[in-house]
Amino acid sequence: MSAPPAPEDHYRAGLEAGELRYQWCTDCAAPVFYPRVLCPGCGGTALEWRVSGGAGTVYSATVVRSRDGARGVVLVDLEEGFRMMSRVTGDPEAVAIGSAVTLRVDTSGEAAQAVFDPAGEPS
Amino acid sequence: MSAAWRGAAAIVGVAESDLGRVPEGLSSLDLIGQATAGALAEAGLGTEDVDALYTTSAYFPMSALVTAEYLGVRPRVADGTNIGGSTFVAQAVRAAQAIAAGEVEVALICYSSTQLSDGGRLVTTNRPLSYEGEFSPRFPISMFALATARHMHEFGTTREQLAEVAVAARRWAQLNPKAYARDELSVEDVLGSRMVSDPLTVRDCCLVTDGGGAVVMTSAERARDLPQEPVYVLGGGEATDHANLSQMPDLTTTAAAVSGARAWETSGLGPADMDVVQLYDAFTINPVLFLEDLGFCAKGEGGAFVADGGIAPGGRLPVNTSGGGLSYCHPGMFGIFLLIEATRQLRGETGARQVAGARTALVHGNGGALASEVTAVLGTADTL
Repeated sequence: MSAPPAPEDHYRAGLEAGELRYQWCTDCAAPVFYPRVLCPGCGGTALEWRVSGGAGTVYSATVVRSRDGARGVVLVDLEEGFRMMSRVTGDPEAVAIGSAVTLRVDTSGEAAQAVFDPAGEPS
Repeated sequence: MSAAWRGAAAIVGVAESDLGRVPEGLSSLDLIGQATAGALAEAGLGTEDVDALYTTSAYFPMSALVTAEYLGVRPRVADGTNIGGSTFVAQAVRAAQAIAAGEVEVALICYSSTQLSDGGRLVTTNRPLSYEGEFSPRFPISMFALATARHMHEFGTTREQLAEVAVAARRWAQLNPKAYARDELSVEDVLGSRMVSDPLTVRDCCLVTDGGGAVVMTSAERARDLPQEPVYVLGGGEATDHANLSQMPDLTTTAAAVSGARAWETSGLGPADMDVVQLYDAFTINPVLFLEDLGFCAKGEGGAFVADGGIAPGGRLPVNTSGGGLSYCHPGMFGIFLLIEATRQLRGETGARQVAGARTALVHGNGGALASEVTAVLGTADTL
């Protein structure tokens, strides 16, 4: 039997397959993100892979200004209880904290990325 | 209960190197040499007395080795810990504990950077994890911008209140002949300056300068025979809860709440006992968060605390009397300068910006993106 893939490799392979993978610690019943080999909550190693449903809320947002224009950077809280850095598609200045967003795996670049589309009005 | 090491060690010498933009060709080690020579001379000690060296560097991963060699010291303890800008506050606390335990006699803490001469951007070898780096935030400002935006969202903190932090720093800097930025600065100037990472403008950010600093510590017993009035380490604490911002449990509460509680416990003092306060102000949100987390005001009330000149000269609490990283100097890491200014305030030698009769000082260092928080309490002989 071959060794399981490295956590980040399995995560990136998930994105290439169009899904946002995260881990679940079966010892302390908590989500783990970013992927690793032990649970940062309890130190246990009983981590199983799950796939996020992709529903999230913007926890915080900024717009980075540079000569190349403006780009948004956000922190998104996923419904499954983990937080990740990402960006929201569309006008970065229109992104409000508390607004609902939906996962979209962006495969247009060199590597697939988990980004988010606006899903509705601020909650 | 206060710590067994409370008051067992003292700061006996402090100095900066050249600051601002240093003469061409001077290296970071040259600046450490300048600062060390100044601090040891003030202390009445020589490099041969130093048996513990504490430093860190953006240039040398093995910073303690190359620094010891340059200075010609042969330390029993060579500590090149790098937990960001808070490093030197942590090293002062660790040195105090080592001195109290009898393991160290004379500790030298030193740092420098030539990042302005190098090109005017933060020099660092630190890298974000790919999970954050792939979204191209601007390090480190976007991290602090995200924390600022969340604080504004939860508590109604305003950009005007944040601008007051920069203006207060500037007003203190105008009283400090060594400060780099001393021209007039208004709230309107801060709000109207170039936006870098919303909601932070370039005037919400610390300076980029060259510079270095050194702090010499020894036992309370030996300190009493040295030329300077000793400044005692009364307590301190460290805490860290993440490195990458997405892993920070709550963007509006930093680990300063933990490090501060430890500092109060070990010193047997509290916020109301502090005469002067030095807070690591890499960005204008920092003092707001730290004033809350260290207990100078309630969570969410930091904006109101700094408003209306609250931390400016003549305000309700003297904070960052040197002008801070926002207006005095900021060579990549600022922690050593917090210790230097607190020491000078407690010796009563800061001239126009002196806080009259200051006997106690709170020093708080931040490292990384609100990741390492280190608090120390310093005091004069009559606080022992």
